[in-house]
Amino acid sequence: MSSTNIHVHHVTRIEGHADIDVILSDGRIEKVLWSVTESPRLFEVMLRGRDYGDVAHVASRICGICSIAHSLASIRATEKAFGIEVSRQSEKLRSLLFHAEVLESHILHAYFLAAPDFLGVDSAVSLASSDEDALRRAMRLKRLAYVLAEELAGRKTHPISCVVGGFAKLPDPRRLEAVLTALRDSLADLERTVDLFASLEMPDFARETEYIALTDPHEYAFLSNTVASSDTGSSPIEAFVEEIEEFCVPHSTAKYARHRRPSYMVGALSRFNLSHDRLRTRAKDAAERLGLVAPCHNPHANTSAQVVECMHAAEESISILEELLGAPLSSPRVEVVPRAGRGIGVVEAPRGLLIHDYTYEASGAIASANCIIPTNQNHGNIQADMEALLPSLVDPSEDEIRHRLEVLVRAYDPCVSCSTHALRVRVGRTEARGARP
Amino acid sequence: MTPRAGRVRKPGVAFFDFTCCEGCQLDALNLTEDQIMDLLRAVEIVEFREVKTGGCESYDISFVEGSIAREEDADRLRDIRERSKTVIALGACAHIGGVNCLRNLVPADAALQEVYGDAAGDYDILDTVLPIDAVIDVDYVIPGCPINPEEFARTVADLLLGKEPRLPRHPVCVECKMAGNLCVFEKGQTCVGPITRAGCKAICVTAGRHCWGCRGLVDDPNIDAQREILDDAGLTVEQILEEFRIYFSCGKEAL
Repeated sequence: MSSTNIHVHHVTRIEGHADIDVILSDGRIEKVLWSVTESPRLFEVMLRGRDYGDVAHVASRICGICSIAHSLASIRATEKAFGIEVSRQSEKLRSLLFHAEVLESHILHAYFLAAPDFLGVDSAVSLASSDEDALRRAMRLKRLAYVLAEELAGRKTHPISCVVGGFAKLPDPRRLEAVLTALRDSLADLERTVDLFASLEMPDFARETEYIALTDPHEYAFLSNTVASSDTGSSPIEAFVEEIEEFCVPHSTAKYARHRRPSYMVGALSRFNLSHDRLRTRAKDAAERLGLVAPCHNPHANTSAQVVECMHAAEESISILEELLGAPLSSPRVEVVPRAGRGIGVVEAPRGLLIHDYTYEASGAIASANCIIPTNQNHGNIQADMEALLPSLVDPSEDEIRHRLEVLVRAYDPCVSCSTHALRVRVGRTEARGARP
Repeated sequence: MTPRAGRVRKPGVAFFDFTCCEGCQLDALNLTEDQIMDLLRAVEIVEFREVKTGGCESYDISFVEGSIAREEDADRLRDIRERSKTVIALGACAHIGGVNCLRNLVPADAALQEVYGDAAGDYDILDTVLPIDAVIDVDYVIPGCPINPEEFARTVADLLLGKEPRLPRHPVCVECKMAGNLCVFEKGQTCVGPITRAGCKAICVTAGRHCWGCRGLVDDPNIDAQREILDDAGLTVEQILEEFRIYFSCGKEAL
């Protein structure tokens, strides 16, 4: 019997370090294993004992790509623990800040991490010679999202001004007017982005799973307290966290999670499947052009759903800015009085449901913290998709196995820093072979 | 003289990351599209796992982000050093351990037990998280959590022009005054701006907060600190360091 091991060490073009191992026996796939090899980060330990004023500062550092999501999940958890309700203006400013991150993170993934697989280049940087227009468009859209976040929170990576109770400083309306104009102008770039991704051929694969995301009856939700599952319907976040189970897997520094089935999916595709009817007009049109129809069971379509959400984020940001700029901004922050108790803060990070669950002491210091990260919720589903995908390939070469698994993993846009952090694919056959990649 | 652009080999630049959030490598590209296109014309990015497939044997400039938390990471870092002409610590995690230092306040075994429970034995980490200069020689530093993209661009430009990249030697307070901010101490709060190296334009105070010290200490905080600010507040350098442990808890013992 001949057996081969394929090992993809530190999968490229994902956030953080992780590996894929495949064992082939007589040409059959015997085993495929997705494992996270990032160094353990132990944020739960780092948060314990911190004063509430520093908690979001530390929690933001879980992830450089989705630091706004971590900051806001953290702040919302603290506010719930203290029984604080922020002003409607603060909610609107937070929503705006959040959409800036959705736009930036999705553009980064769609253009820089996912698209090279379909354009036959090793990185988006190579587009500088083959399609400079596309590269410049991606950089313009990313930069615009950064500028919007900078105006609202001082900085996109590790935002500064958003704090427990609201904002430490209000944005300058005149500068927001300029961003509003830039956002309106960006719609043309986004339309061309939809055209580009509609022209790429998506791998043909489907596996139905449980789709989980925040929902809201009135809008396409990124900030809400209600979780919906395609299997079990809606429930408040407090009930949902009791239903999911976090568990450890040998040789993986990330924790896994399950709900009703052995695995579930979070992220743009889950949001689209559960809330597509609440997308804004251009975003709905984008979905149609991308051939995205709910319910969609092809995980590769997650990237298409992200492109749809980029359009939605721009439309939503324009609408929020128009409303905010229609009247003078009022005081930025409500009074904060710490108290003992537990608070669960939840947001739809670009990569999916993100939960910060804190218990505070009366002094305002954290007694315990648990963070449930989108990528950790997806690990089980990535593994199940790999197991379903490989047998569907007809007489695949090792390179093809490697490529298809990497493309699948990238579609999930895993954030391994968040989940602890890195991606390796090992494909192996049992007879000893020479060099590994 | 006609420049012979295109015949000269462009310097090979690589990005590596260890224990960190990867925010600094992303912020390194938070430049205008023209700045990025200029950069891509001047250097060749030969390895950048997060955005590029493929690697390289040796590097002219290696940017290293992240702290060292495992023996295997220390080995990988030493290997990068051997293959690099110039190594630059990118951001607070590589420079001073960053927020990862907070883990050093708890014994490693207890920390693993708290997060992974019964599975804690499956993980092997160093007793303390280290900045990269505890493991290898580092040529230059781009401080901050996250880095300032302009400082990154300036450092690259300096290196390409054969100039020695230099960091500001004054504390954040100087830039904070230039930004016209009301002093955080005047608001009855504390701040480590008086002892923290400038270069961030006091971005956190300008955005309504205080300085956390992410860029590390100025060269000699006991002499250079804005003494009158601390004296007026009745504080010593040691006292504010104790209050701001987030960026000042890193063990420095070399591996």
